[in-house]
Amino acid sequence: MAIPTYYPPRAYRTRVSTYWWLRSWPYLRFILRELSSISVAWFVLVTLLQLGALHRGPAEYARFGEWLRSPLMIAGNAVALFFLLFHAITWFNLAPKAMAVRIRGKRVPPLFITVPNYIAWLAASLFVAFVLLRG
Amino acid sequence: MAETITLEVQRYNPEKDTEPGLQTYEVPLKKEWVVLDALNYVKDKVDGSLSFRWSCRMGICGSCGMMVNGEPKLTCATFLTDYAPGTVRVEPLKHFPVLRDLVVDITDFLAKLSRAKPWLIRKQEKPLAEGEYLQTPEQLDAFKQFSMCINCLLCYAACPVYGLDPLFSGPAAIALAQRYNMDSRDQGAAQRLDILSHSDGIWGCTFVGECTEVCPKHVDPAGAIQQYKLTATTEWFKSMLMPWRGE
Repeated sequence: MAIPTYYPPRAYRTRVSTYWWLRSWPYLRFILRELSSISVAWFVLVTLLQLGALHRGPAEYARFGEWLRSPLMIAGNAVALFFLLFHAITWFNLAPKAMAVRIRGKRVPPLFITVPNYIAWLAASLFVAFVLLRG
Repeated sequence: MAETITLEVQRYNPEKDTEPGLQTYEVPLKKEWVVLDALNYVKDKVDGSLSFRWSCRMGICGSCGMMVNGEPKLTCATFLTDYAPGTVRVEPLKHFPVLRDLVVDITDFLAKLSRAKPWLIRKQEKPLAEGEYLQTPEQLDAFKQFSMCINCLLCYAACPVYGLDPLFSGPAAIALAQRYNMDSRDQGAAQRLDILSHSDGIWGCTFVGECTEVCPKHVDPAGAIQQYKLTATTEWFKSMLMPWRGE
């Protein structure tokens, strides 16, 4: 005797693997971009600690500077800087997707959104460098 | 003998199998053949029990979306020669329940699509005698890209957020909502705001961006979602600053 077909049929469902982001480079790049926010938080923390040390006086600030110069901190900050740059660059490159600016009914090309972001970034960096390095 | 290519097809019979398995077929490798032609060859000549969806063979109907070597593709637009020499693995679209072989259950998407209200909403319909709602080419251009969606669901198969959280509205539903929001003839943006500006709506999206990469019609759902995030944020600020504004 034929087996009756039940409706709805028994569907097969799969679970997404915990390691789905290792399957392709775009997924991995996305996860790295998400993780790069830890680097952003790290630099905020370092800046807050630095301000705290500054507030507690010259001796404390010198000790803080010593800590920053330790090889472990330099290596850690280099990695954090890499991820920070990755964060900024990938984010600026994605900005035109979110901003659909229209001039006279035509959508402006992506470069018109990306380039001003980079210019603003460069200008802010130059300003900070000017303040820090003025002697 | 003519050249052939190996096709690995995922099979699943809900009445017999507890889980899907791969079945291998040798199919002729012809320059003008797409993966869908190979599947039709198998169904016609080798194994009539193979189930899959297709209709138009020309990238319009959106029925033949499947995973080809792990990537979401319209099988009517994916040529066998691009994979030769080698094997072509055809699996059902990821992130959807598999009903049989390559056929997936899209009920969930259809429910989400209707919640996004993808039709023209007017506060007051004007009488037919007054004619159609006119639109300039610029006004058409504002939403035309999003209107190209054929509901093939490749974007859902590419979206890890949808895979991990089935409550997420997903790329196509949001892009189509945005298509009507951007339409100068539509007045229903406020009705769509509550559904879209939600943790299961646009805020579920983490901007992986793969939906846009796999879209065969260049709809750019990722762009639609990010643009809508901007709109929703602006609306929220406006409602905070000017609570008397209302509808």
